Amino acid sequence: MTLWWIGDVLLLVVILPVVVYLLKGVLDAARSIEPSVRRIAAAASAGSKDLDAVPLLLTTQGQVKQTVEVVAGYGGSLDVIIDDAEES
Amino acid sequence: MPAAGVVLIIAVLLIVLALVYYLVSTIVELRKITAGLDGAIAGVGEIIEKSAPVAAVVQDINRNLDAGVDLLEGLLVKKAGLHDAMGLIDGLYAGAAAEGLRNFPESRTITAPRISEVYTKGTLTLARLGREAPIAVASPAGPVLRNVEGGSLDARSLYPETRQTRPQKLPRSPVIGTGAPVQYEPSEQRGGTTPDEAEIREKGPWAETAAEGIVPAELGGSDAPREMLAEDPQLGSSALGETTGSDTPATESGIDPSAGDDADATSDGGPELPEGAEPDLKDAAAAPRKVDADSADTKDGSAT
Repeated sequence: MTLWWIGDVLLLVVILPVVVYLLKGVLDAARSIEPSVRRIAAAASAGSKDLDAVPLLLTTQGQVKQTVEVVAGYGGSLDVIIDDAEES
Repeated sequence: MPAAGVVLIIAVLLIVLALVYYLVSTIVELRKITAGLDGAIAGVGEIIEKSAPVAAVVQDINRNLDAGVDLLEGLLVKKAGLHDAMGLIDGLYAGAAAEGLRNFPESRTITAPRISEVYTKGTLTLARLGREAPIAVASPAGPVLRNVEGGSLDARSLYPETRQTRPQKLPRSPVIGTGAPVQYEPSEQRGGTTPDEAEIREKGPWAETAAEGIVPAELGGSDAPREMLAEDPQLGSSALGETTGSDTPATESGIDPSAGDDADATSDGGPELPEGAEPDLKDAAAAPRKVDADSADTKDGSAT
């Protein structure tokens, strides 16, 4: 009979608090993750919005190409009309 | 049932209740985390999708820019020489020559010559091409292309010269003729007539030079007031004479303008030489020249 009582005391004084403590730790950890996930989602959304300007790179690409073509034409003309440097 | 058994059951029940409460709460939190991660994954997916073509586009841009840099570096070195090229670069961007040219590693070891804003060789080349020197690009009139006169002036202005201190815009030289911007009507006439437009048309453009007349009195012409003239005017009115200002003939019979129409100095001129006489040497100059006599003979022959 005494053993029964000892088992009850252990269950109520040791096992139950330990179980509660561990489960509370898991719950607190899960609750702390949730705000971080929200911030990650917000950052991803903002990053995606920032990349909306990426299509402008196609315009930049075309303009760079045109500029280089003009530079090539201008340089080619200068190559024709200006004498080369005399090698010393 | 003994009391100890009841307490045991209650204890187990309490443990189960604690497990249920905390596990359900954890499940709820995990579901929130799952929902949040779904949103984050969607955002990351958009980022990946939108940034996918960036690499290819940027590589193409860099390739084109590399080609431009290669072209400009090569052209500069080819036209100015590596030594002068480094001086020109350092003149534009102080210290840039130390970094050297990308395609010319030896350029890093070159001591860049001091080339200021004036690069004589380039200026002369531009001047020879009739182009504006770079130093004068900031001119209010803008750069001049293919303006030989402008290019020459700018090339000249690169050198110290006292004439550069003169005003930039001197008044233009007066333009004479009927097209002149300012027409000075003659206030006096010392001979001949001032040709009108009909006479200019008849005689040709050269007659326009007479249309400017003479220096007006208000500008110090010879008929200006005495105080405006020099101490010793070269000629007075008595020496220069003046026209009557009228077309009336000075003689009773007047002048027959057609009198000279039949004149033939080549056949009728010269002294009367005796027939058959040997001409004297002193008369040689008085005789008509052979070409004139031949011309007269031809004319007579054609007339008959």
